Amino acid sequence: MADRTLVEAVNDALHAEMERDGAVMVMGEDVGRAGGVFRATAGLRDRFGADRCVDTPLAEAGILGTAVGLAMAGWRPVCEMQYESFSYPCLDQLITHVGRYRWRTGGTMEFPITVRMPTGGGVRAPELHEDSPEAYYVHTPGVKVAIPSTPADAKGLLAAAIRDPDPVVVLEPKVLYRSPRGEVPEGDHVVPLGRARVAREGTDVTLVAYGAMVQTCLAAADSLEAGAEVVDVRTLKPLDEETILASVAKTGRAVVVQEAPRVAGFGAEIVAVIAEKAILDLRAPVLRVTGYDVPFPYWSIEHEYLPTAERVADAARRVLEY
Amino acid sequence: MLPAEHDVRRVIGDGEGTPDGEVDGLDEAALLDLYRGLVLLRTYDERSLVYHRQGRIGTYAIFWGHEAMQAGSAFALAPEDWIFPSYRESAIGLLRGMPPETVLSWWRGHPAGWWNPREFRVASIAVPIATHVPHAVGYAWGAKLKGESACAIAYFGDGATSEGAFHEGANFAAVMRAPVVLLCNNNQWAISTPLSAQTRAESLADKAVGYGMPGVRVDGGDVLAVYQATAEALERARAGEGPTFLEALTYRCAPHATADDPAAYWDAERVEEERKNECLGRYERYLRRTGVLTDALVEEVRAEALDRMRKGIQAAEALPAPDPEVVFAHAYVEPPPGVREG
Repeated sequence: MADRTLVEAVNDALHAEMERDGAVMVMGEDVGRAGGVFRATAGLRDRFGADRCVDTPLAEAGILGTAVGLAMAGWRPVCEMQYESFSYPCLDQLITHVGRYRWRTGGTMEFPITVRMPTGGGVRAPELHEDSPEAYYVHTPGVKVAIPSTPADAKGLLAAAIRDPDPVVVLEPKVLYRSPRGEVPEGDHVVPLGRARVAREGTDVTLVAYGAMVQTCLAAADSLEAGAEVVDVRTLKPLDEETILASVAKTGRAVVVQEAPRVAGFGAEIVAVIAEKAILDLRAPVLRVTGYDVPFPYWSIEHEYLPTAERVADAARRVLEY
Repeated sequence: MLPAEHDVRRVIGDGEGTPDGEVDGLDEAALLDLYRGLVLLRTYDERSLVYHRQGRIGTYAIFWGHEAMQAGSAFALAPEDWIFPSYRESAIGLLRGMPPETVLSWWRGHPAGWWNPREFRVASIAVPIATHVPHAVGYAWGAKLKGESACAIAYFGDGATSEGAFHEGANFAAVMRAPVVLLCNNNQWAISTPLSAQTRAESLADKAVGYGMPGVRVDGGDVLAVYQATAEALERARAGEGPTFLEALTYRCAPHATADDPAAYWDAERVEEERKNECLGRYERYLRRTGVLTDALVEEVRAEALDRMRKGIQAAEALPAPDPEVVFAHAYVEPPPGVREG
């Protein structure tokens, strides 16, 4: 075990996977000489050369579009989008090709492409550095999506994504990049896609979240007198419904938390799964705590937008008192 | 500074004032192979229009008059080179041995129209505009990184040069010195939008200058000129000199697709003129002038192509209806558990 920050764990995973598999290559803006604006790719260019850690032109659709061709030539590209909000040009390639090319070839070709990017707010940055775009990605057939909330999961989920034969988008909560630190297994460490994690056990109410909101839920749980269970979803697709439903069966109450705007967010999907499959376990309506249906605000007032432990605890109390 | 080439390259003359030029590396057998490819594409296209009218295939994107641009360039490729077609080149795989029933099935909306790109070194048909340009670039770059000699060619139309994906792909190609040919079929129309409303550039080849790659203009109705220009571009690519932009000048003498009625926008007289000068006839006249082609051979090659199409449509129509299970197949190697819930 090593004590690492989340971004160090990402860097560790990239080193380990590039060492393990000579077909893995990293590409993106400023990932080579600079080692990435968050230092996630630091050291890769020196260790593996400029052909396997490629500084690309400033063109997100070009990065993912050429990654499709690189995959066809036998590479396993790991594309970095510098910020989630700058990833939107790559949605064209993701939707029109990345998620459907294998299908289009009758399953004869694989597209083991990983797209990783920082996500979320709370970092006091200018406009369009703090979005939570997971719903765009997870709504795309053929594409899997993971969001770690701990350094160990950041390493393990990224390793799983790189080894996965399907395209995977990994969203890394940038507010957690440098704090808190955590224990990360050395060497080979894979967290399989599709398995949620019970981050805190409790019997009275289930708080379901992913990414940075797991920390918020843990803080909310600590502030509640009732026993709150916190489920860290970890992978939005494939979704581990079993772990969520088992927790709700135990507690009978659930609050689903996401940082993204409320409307058609991934939280709505989780709530729908609970409504369809666990309605008789419920002793109260399932509530959501989310961002609002507005652009992410200027950072001096971002705390007014981001779900807080207080808002989550308040929703938990409402379902507990229902 | 890299000037784009503005003279339109031609090899085939008109049998009158303009003499035939020379083309390297094609003996009589090769000239006839190229002819067979051209006739096969023409026959595919003309029969497809009939099959569409008979309700035997769905909406179809016509490529009548673009066969020389397709066959000439494809003929210059080495067997290991990859083709990245747009829907306008849907049948280009026939030149790589793909059976007509595969392409016909694609237009029949039947999953038998899927193919393994590795089998023919032909990528899947790209329906959206220009987004496959970066794929060709990525493939070529990836092959180069692996020390392989394979190049790639991407086909796209004049309208595609307005898309961001074209720009990003072309720029990546130049920066990575990818061994790729960007072949723009400038047929002057994007559905109803004429080239003059697409760009203010006097020549699309001029765009290449901005990327730092050669831009070459070639008569897209002259199969030998297209062959030669593509062969040169591939030679550059294999020598490590990077990509080339080829602007093949053609004219769309047919509707955009079977669902399009061009009466509202096109110039019927110009279309009539262009049809008289269509590419297959030009090549046939050239081959006759050089004594390579006889009436008997013309008959034989056409009959052979027609026979392949007849067998192809019969094979496509004989396929069983697709298994509904195929809805869930192939989207993922490892599908998420909820994939069948709807």
